[in-house]
Amino acid sequence: MLNNKIPSGPLAEKWTHHKFSSKLVNPSNKRKYDIIIVGTGLAGASAAASLAELGYNVQAFSYHESPRRAHSIAAQGGINAAKNYPNDSDSIYRLFYDTIKGGDYRSREANVYRLAEVSNNIIDQCVAQGIPFAREYGGLLDNRSFGGAQVSRTFYARGQTGQQLLLGAYSALVRQMNRGQVKFHPRHEMLDLVLIDGEAKGIVTRNLITGEIQSHSANAVVLATGGYGNAFFLSTNAMASNATAAWRAHKKGAFFANPCITQIHPTCIPVASGHQSKLTLMSESLRNDGRVWVPKKKGDKRHPSEITEDERDYYLERLYPSFGNLVPRDVASRRAKEMCDLGHGVGETGLAVFLDFADAIERMGKDVVVQKYGNLFDMYKQITGEDPYEIPMRIYPAVHYTMGGLWVDYNLMSTIPGLYILGEANFSDHGANRLGASALMQGLADGYFILPYTIGDYLSGKLGEVVSIENEAFSKTESDVKNRINNLISINGNRTVDDIHKELGLILWENVGMARNKSGLEKAIDSIPKLKDEFWSNVKVTGVADELNPELEKAGRVADFLELGELMARDALNREESCGGHFREEHQTEENEAKRNDKDFSFVAAWEHKGNNLPAELHKEKLIFENVELTTRSYK
Amino acid sequence: MKVILKVWRQNNAESQGAFETYPVDNVSEDMSFFEMMDMLNDQLVLDEKTPIAFDHDCREGICGTCGLFINGRAHGKIRGITTCQLHMRSFEDGETIIVEPWRAKAFPVIRDLIVERTSFDRIMEAGGYVSVKTGGTPDANAIPIAKRNADEAMDAASCIGCAACVATCKNSSAMLFVAAKVSHLSLLPQGQPERNERALNMIEAMDEEGFGNCTNTGACEIECPKEISISHIGRLNREFLKASLKG
Repeated sequence: MLNNKIPSGPLAEKWTHHKFSSKLVNPSNKRKYDIIIVGTGLAGASAAASLAELGYNVQAFSYHESPRRAHSIAAQGGINAAKNYPNDSDSIYRLFYDTIKGGDYRSREANVYRLAEVSNNIIDQCVAQGIPFAREYGGLLDNRSFGGAQVSRTFYARGQTGQQLLLGAYSALVRQMNRGQVKFHPRHEMLDLVLIDGEAKGIVTRNLITGEIQSHSANAVVLATGGYGNAFFLSTNAMASNATAAWRAHKKGAFFANPCITQIHPTCIPVASGHQSKLTLMSESLRNDGRVWVPKKKGDKRHPSEITEDERDYYLERLYPSFGNLVPRDVASRRAKEMCDLGHGVGETGLAVFLDFADAIERMGKDVVVQKYGNLFDMYKQITGEDPYEIPMRIYPAVHYTMGGLWVDYNLMSTIPGLYILGEANFSDHGANRLGASALMQGLADGYFILPYTIGDYLSGKLGEVVSIENEAFSKTESDVKNRINNLISINGNRTVDDIHKELGLILWENVGMARNKSGLEKAIDSIPKLKDEFWSNVKVTGVADELNPELEKAGRVADFLELGELMARDALNREESCGGHFREEHQTEENEAKRNDKDFSFVAAWEHKGNNLPAELHKEKLIFENVELTTRSYK
Repeated sequence: MKVILKVWRQNNAESQGAFETYPVDNVSEDMSFFEMMDMLNDQLVLDEKTPIAFDHDCREGICGTCGLFINGRAHGKIRGITTCQLHMRSFEDGETIIVEPWRAKAFPVIRDLIVERTSFDRIMEAGGYVSVKTGGTPDANAIPIAKRNADEAMDAASCIGCAACVATCKNSSAMLFVAAKVSHLSLLPQGQPERNERALNMIEAMDEEGFGNCTNTGACEIECPKEISISHIGRLNREFLKASLKG
């Protein structure tokens, strides 16, 4: 039933052949098409600009006041590409191979190869836009290395690579806005998708300032609305990041793929109190020089300086002598949790481990440490009030990125014809674990170099199609949206939206977090629907629908997280193996490592919505590996 | 700890605003300023009152969405940070904290502490880009750029568009914002073909939006959370002059 449309032929020629065999839209006909793009982060802004340049009429929507506010902006480290500028034997094939392996063999070979193939064009594009990447003294581009690779292929702009790439895509977008080729709708949130004869032909939005509910029609709809990490309440996502657009599309027929596969980043500043609203990531690069440890004695609350060397357990160095503190994200995160669960955690909450720079300061001198990590140390001090030059940092893992997302075929089209999904919102390229510096690459690949080539294949068959908001599908969807909003406001219960969201977050974190097991997942599947009932009978949303109302915005998003959260747990229960970010305690080796089951679970789990209060139906897309051999990752 | 907030409340751009006072108890010094506001808002909701509207998103100082005037200082008294990076340990127990929106003619109030900054997008539309289409660009290393220029361009490009510069300027001038973009692109070879038009068009758009003139007080550089230097305003003035002479 699921047709992934992967072209036949040798891996390295698939994309070239596919581009040639895809139908085109004549240049003078492009202006006859309207395309809606929801979300204007890296993927959405790059797609909007590129499609507008081709001549399509683009309507772009964001709940932000400006495209430059999207959370792509927060990515620190860099963007990968197979340029091989450092002459260290990188290649398209190696980037492909590292990404497939890093994803623990749960992504498609053809998609990942294409991603590696266009990676070089992205860097060329970004440089042409004037993005101030780091350079060497000779004036050429500098590279650095990142986790999961043995070559230096990461391009960066200080610790603000995401910001610079987003501003580049934004600049291309404002240029098209100025030409009138893109109409940008700021502070508009998509609240539902409109289907006509089963195809995506528009959206219904709420103007966040006036509360007005509006219909917008088009020949195709593109969602580039990011990930769903905020289902956990606490994550490194921005406060407004949400899954509503994706979830509404899911409920209209788009399959949701691998929802249980989430990435927990090991080096974040730990939760300080129940009032905490978000978690802050500290760059992975800190593990190059910092040493992770906990006290050997359980519940040891002494000041770290009083804990002597032989009373400390440098557990990553002990368990993984060859990789030490530089094991991949999923492994480092899981081991930190394990230490804290065993009672070795530090700090007031006991939910943290030390990341100690004392040795690094002694070895390299404080000046060098300041040079390398000064801004991160300052950020840490600003948030915690502690000076990491004097006392070890306390770190703990936090939800960071979601590899799962709406299912797409090779053309990035979902199971709804005419609905395309880009960037973190789709599931396609990172398998069960995303490597560092690959999110920016994928978002821009989708927007600049993939969608512009694939969307014509669909649109060419729609020449002359007129879609009007007069169609009753729009008025029906508008009235559904209004009813839902009125329901939310009329409940007038006793609990705030955040209060219920925090409870959901805790259920997910405890049971669908870093380590999952059958009984915990069953508990989550039992308690989330009860919390959903509690929400719909006892939430309190103040204010009215027809004006600015941030509580109402949050309520709509949490209502969707509650449904998605249940699906995450169901998917995790179904996947009876451990792979990448999905660790099932029942499936581990004697040394507590993840144990994949390639025989039974080498598939993409694509879930179909069957109606409210009915369990979703699982469809399996088998993953076929013709080029790489499946191996067990080892970091001993 | 306990603080007393005096917060600007205003229903919309047309209505008249006023300060309202809110005592906030049980504040932990580990909280961020916004987490303290979240706690207050939760209480307001439970008390059937309208929560205070304020803009915020990433809460890690990079998206540029947040911006409050706190005790008369844009983003509060600590240099080099945004409002979302401000923590309660920076305040005294029992302190009265005055919280206001950005105030500038070009930024009408939407509600309470939220203002409309789309004027910044319109200035960018006027020329804050290099006119390249997707695809067909030369190899990235075909354009060598001296490290010194690339670094200085990056200093300018780090602007987050929060508008603290405008809010703190007695003239409500947007010169530091415009200078950051013009300076970034004029330092790079990619920015050369449109260098003159860019300076002229962005300045013209800035004037049309109703921002004031620069009188070199330097307040903007002190309050800029990314510490962008006013030397970029010097460069903008030179760029503008050169472009004007060339007609």
